[in-house]
Amino acid sequence: MEMSTLLVVGGLLSIVIVVLVKGAPSLSIAMLTQTSNGGYYLGKEGGILNAILGSLYLAGGATAIALAVSIPTALYLNEYASRSRFAGFTRNSLDLLWSVPSILYGVFGFIIMIYIGLGTSLLGGIIALSLLELPIMIRAMDEVLRSVPQGLREASYSLGATKLETATRTVVKQALPGLLMAVLLALGRALGDAASVLFTTGYTDSLPTSLFQPVASLPLAVFFQLGTPFPEVQQRAYASGFILLVIILSISIASRLLTTRFNRFVIK
Amino acid sequence: MFAVSAVTALIVLFMTLGLIERSTLIVETIPLRDLLFSGTWNPDQGEFGFAPFIIGTLYVTGLAMVLAIPPSILMAVYLAEYAPKRVRSIVKPLVDVLAGTPSVVCGLWGVLLIVPLIRDYLAPLVGIETTGYSVLAGGLVLAIMVCPIIVSITDEVIRAVPKAIKEASLAVGATKWQTIKHVVVRSAFTGIIAAIILGFGRAFGETMAVLMVVGNVPAIPNSIFAPAYPIPALIANDYGEMLTIPLYESALMFAAFLLLVIVFAFSVAASILLRGIKRKYVLEQAN
Repeated sequence: MEMSTLLVVGGLLSIVIVVLVKGAPSLSIAMLTQTSNGGYYLGKEGGILNAILGSLYLAGGATAIALAVSIPTALYLNEYASRSRFAGFTRNSLDLLWSVPSILYGVFGFIIMIYIGLGTSLLGGIIALSLLELPIMIRAMDEVLRSVPQGLREASYSLGATKLETATRTVVKQALPGLLMAVLLALGRALGDAASVLFTTGYTDSLPTSLFQPVASLPLAVFFQLGTPFPEVQQRAYASGFILLVIILSISIASRLLTTRFNRFVIK
Repeated sequence: MFAVSAVTALIVLFMTLGLIERSTLIVETIPLRDLLFSGTWNPDQGEFGFAPFIIGTLYVTGLAMVLAIPPSILMAVYLAEYAPKRVRSIVKPLVDVLAGTPSVVCGLWGVLLIVPLIRDYLAPLVGIETTGYSVLAGGLVLAIMVCPIIVSITDEVIRAVPKAIKEASLAVGATKWQTIKHVVVRSAFTGIIAAIILGFGRAFGETMAVLMVVGNVPAIPNSIFAPAYPIPALIANDYGEMLTIPLYESALMFAAFLLLVIVFAFSVAASILLRGIKRKYVLEQAN
């Protein structure tokens, strides 16, 4: 049994180690600060700044939209409609959506894009990614809000606060560390996802300039660089993978550390 | 707020309807039996037999689950029952953090480690020549991606077994292992099945990592060392051709719809099972 644990943990760690070891040698400042020029995929100069910025814009935009939708939904489910059939129905739908593979979000985003006449663009990617993030964010927020002790809400009502005031001022403050973690969890997922942006955002060599132009993303940068026949470019793929992994792991670890820090403000 | 929640609740509906609507074209053109069971995939000539993809998906996913389930369950049992607090407090968060590694990075690992491993060590052991891009590679990579989910849920379910039951078993003289094997696992059984089902669902839909190591050859694989072409990989690879050949787009949407139906079925099954457990324990505690 300990062997199984070692096997699984070892396997997971080996992912990190292999990518780190293979990627670090090809890492350079130029990669981080320059965009790719025409010849980049053929082995010439340049970097992946376009992909890094593109991913940040994509994930940032998607997280903002998802946040704007998730907080009202999670609050509504917990404060206003907690026992109703509507809440049950919504939670079930969200459970279903949670297990939908990301490529289907890409396909659905693509269908929406055709419907509204949008080409592959930053906006298309943001749509697909925010759909992807929604179930993750709402579910995590729902868990957090559920764990807020009912006594707290009742105390607030007994002091004369309305439902809205209780929800937005008391409950949210209590749940803040957990809500933050939910947001960062979803953000991490969006940054690393390739399948959903594959045909909604496309790929490009230039820096993101407008919502309606294709945009490069870090996971796709890794994918495309890996697929070239040039060993130097493949090396760069490892380095890009390294960068992506470092970004995502840092967000994950940072979110855990931040929540433990914020827990000071939470009433136990 | 209600409006926003209502929109969220209806997304599932919109997605399903959207996919159905776009698949109608091909379902009307080619009889369903041919679509699902024919082995010829020749879009240029209008032949859309999905069998290689369905079989490929099942093969890779099945192998992944066979590889992932035993170690994951054993690991969960270890973490929940045997591990000292310090070990558990390090391993559990570690696994949770590593569970978030993006798909492409896992695929990268697969290309860097697993494919050469198969090509240079495992296949020659059995005497087979292979490029390494195979069902086995896809299965291994997928297995490592699915383990954290199974471990996490199984661990929770095992911990949810009431202490009283375990103590009763120990009180009548069973050893710790006997208690686990006969009592704890039996109580947590439905939960473990639910964990496996959720893992299955994740494995079915995983695209990028599998795509990078599985070979992407549209033929029915005849051994685990042969390449395969799972459905998500098909959708990802051929989306570019979609708009050029008229029936192609509809075919890919149909593939997406198949995937959606399978994943939903798994998710619903797992939900029902998990809810059954909660009810069982509430009833027991009420008694």
